[in-house]
Amino acid sequence: MITGNLKASYAADERVLDNRWKQGFVLACAAGIAALAGFGNDYVILIACQMGIMLIAVTGVNVVIGYTGLMSLGHAAFVAIGAYAVVIFHNAAAGTIPAPLLTLLALPFAVTVAALIGIVVGLPSLRVKGLYLAVATLSANFIVIFLIEQDAFARWTGGMNGINTPTANLLGWDLDSRREQFLLIAALGFVSLLAAQNLFRTRVGRAFIAIRDRDYSAEILGISLYRYKLMSFAISAAYCGLAGALYAYFYARILPEQFGLDLSLMLVAAIIVGGMGRTMGAVFGVIVIVMVPEVIKVIFGGIAGGGAELAQIRAPVQSIAFGALIVLFLLFEPFGLTQIADRALRALNRWPFARG
Amino acid sequence: MLSVRDLYLSFGGIKALQGVSFDAAPGQITAIIGPNGAGKTSLFNAVSGFYRPERGQVIFDGEDIGALRPDRRAALGIARTFQNIALFRGMSVLDNIKLGAHTRLDAGVFDALLYFGRARAEELALRREIEERVIDFLELDLIRKAPVSALPYGLQKRVELGRALAMRPRLLLLDEPVAGMNREETADMARFILDVQEEFDTTILLVEHDMHLVMDICAHVVVLNFGQQIAAGPPEAVRRDAGVIEAYLGAAA
Ligand SMILES: Nc1ncnc2c1ncn2[C@@H]1O[C@H](COP(=O)(O)OP(=O)(O)OP(=O)(O)O)[C@@H](O)[C@H]1O
Ligand SMILES: [Mg+2]
Repeated sequence: MITGNLKASYAADERVLDNRWKQGFVLACAAGIAALAGFGNDYVILIACQMGIMLIAVTGVNVVIGYTGLMSLGHAAFVAIGAYAVVIFHNAAAGTIPAPLLTLLALPFAVTVAALIGIVVGLPSLRVKGLYLAVATLSANFIVIFLIEQDAFARWTGGMNGINTPTANLLGWDLDSRREQFLLIAALGFVSLLAAQNLFRTRVGRAFIAIRDRDYSAEILGISLYRYKLMSFAISAAYCGLAGALYAYFYARILPEQFGLDLSLMLVAAIIVGGMGRTMGAVFGVIVIVMVPEVIKVIFGGIAGGGAELAQIRAPVQSIAFGALIVLFLLFEPFGLTQIADRALRALNRWPFARG
Repeated sequence: MLSVRDLYLSFGGIKALQGVSFDAAPGQITAIIGPNGAGKTSLFNAVSGFYRPERGQVIFDGEDIGALRPDRRAALGIARTFQNIALFRGMSVLDNIKLGAHTRLDAGVFDALLYFGRARAEELALRREIEERVIDFLELDLIRKAPVSALPYGLQKRVELGRALAMRPRLLLLDEPVAGMNREETADMARFILDVQEEFDTTILLVEHDMHLVMDICAHVVVLNFGQQIAAGPPEAVRRDAGVIEAYLGAAA
């Protein structure tokens, strides 16, 4: 018996960070983020921002794929919707809404639009599962990108050429440096992760897991498959929409092609590598998925000082690396890095009394 | 309470139910018996909403519930267990049981995302209630954190009963609750079923092959054979019924 984990009340027993290692880990992360914001150089801040944005999107993907067991290869569409919603909102509302309020209103607007479209894209999940659902969501991704590219909407979206994005402004504070944006991204990333963790301590999250594990059992307990599958899609789309909104604020310009199948695959790869259906899965997965292209860049730079022909094959090499990661993890560690971390944590928790 | 009227259900050529009619008396245990393939599980599926009978009515509390999906029927207070255990295998015993309370809770998405406040209060109250009404009651306290897949068969059956009890059902359908159990486990389960009936005043429908159990704890017995209702009445009368004896001997031969 591990007496270090003895609980004295139900409230203590229902806590998330139920031992000192987990508490220590979270504190260390918070300290690391604060140190980054203060002392990180531009490159480190850039990477951290990318990770923060991806973390929010992957947490969303985890809700629908990892926890509800519904496959999606189309979640890049919601990132696109969030990003374009912010741009369109700013352009349409500039002048009528005071600038200091724009971002505070654009963020919920983007999240809401993404969630609503998420419900529509989730409709096929009421009829089909697995591969069929993957294809249906993939098509939705193509349709969204196709619509954004249309000349008819180019007034708002910029069409194929993309569109310049606004700078975030929080009550008069212009977030025009990467370091300032990092603060916003880190704060929203933390809140997103916390909210996801909360979801799965309540009836809503439990219903998602029940649907994943055995849908007819869920139904016999009074869980409406119809309602909860769509809710899962809406929540995950909302997360991706938020990630998209931050993406728009972070980069100077967005292009429709940035939100295609490549991004959808990357989101799925992240959650498979990190660990499906676990909060920390998104965290671990995102670290890997953001670092892989960086490592490839360094390797290519080392080989030829970054020659032009080499730069051309970098993108396919990156896709191959993601593909290989997905296959390797599915084969050898289907529960991802979280599972590996769990084993390490268990060993630590018992130390020094026993090994295992 | 529950009234089944003239149900017909078939799968292709197989006639699973052919005009089954009976009432389950409030607060009593009614047994559904019959040889393998008689249509007992099909009857449960028709009552809980997985199958739509071609004809006939399922009336619960005076209301025809034939058009409702399973989750709506659950919300009305109909709970069930399955012949081959249908727990959520990756989850702990506690989480499985908490899921049973789903329809009685009302945290919405936003409460859930926030957690602190409404959802937390609800979860802690639920935990307390489950500990008292289900975990203590079914003597599951030593295994509450265990993943159900690690439990022996008999305990899994008990956890499934616990999950159904967490719904605070008014009608409880038990599909072969003691199948595959040894004498001791069977005796335990029989005691739990009687306790449920007594303590929570639950109306129970029980499908079971174990005749000793049926004769011991049921007030009323309905006998099915090839989808047809061949007898119904108190246990002693059914046991002496010529048609029933023949059906059982015929099936055994
Ligand atoms: N989904 C289905 N599709 C086709 N046939 C089915 C289906 N469900 C049941 N049946 C058939 O209906 C008949 C009644 O089956 P049912 O499962 O209701 O029997 P049962 O009385 O529960 O038997 P047992 O004691 O073996 O559990 C059987 O012949 C069975 O093969
Ligand atoms: Mg059966």
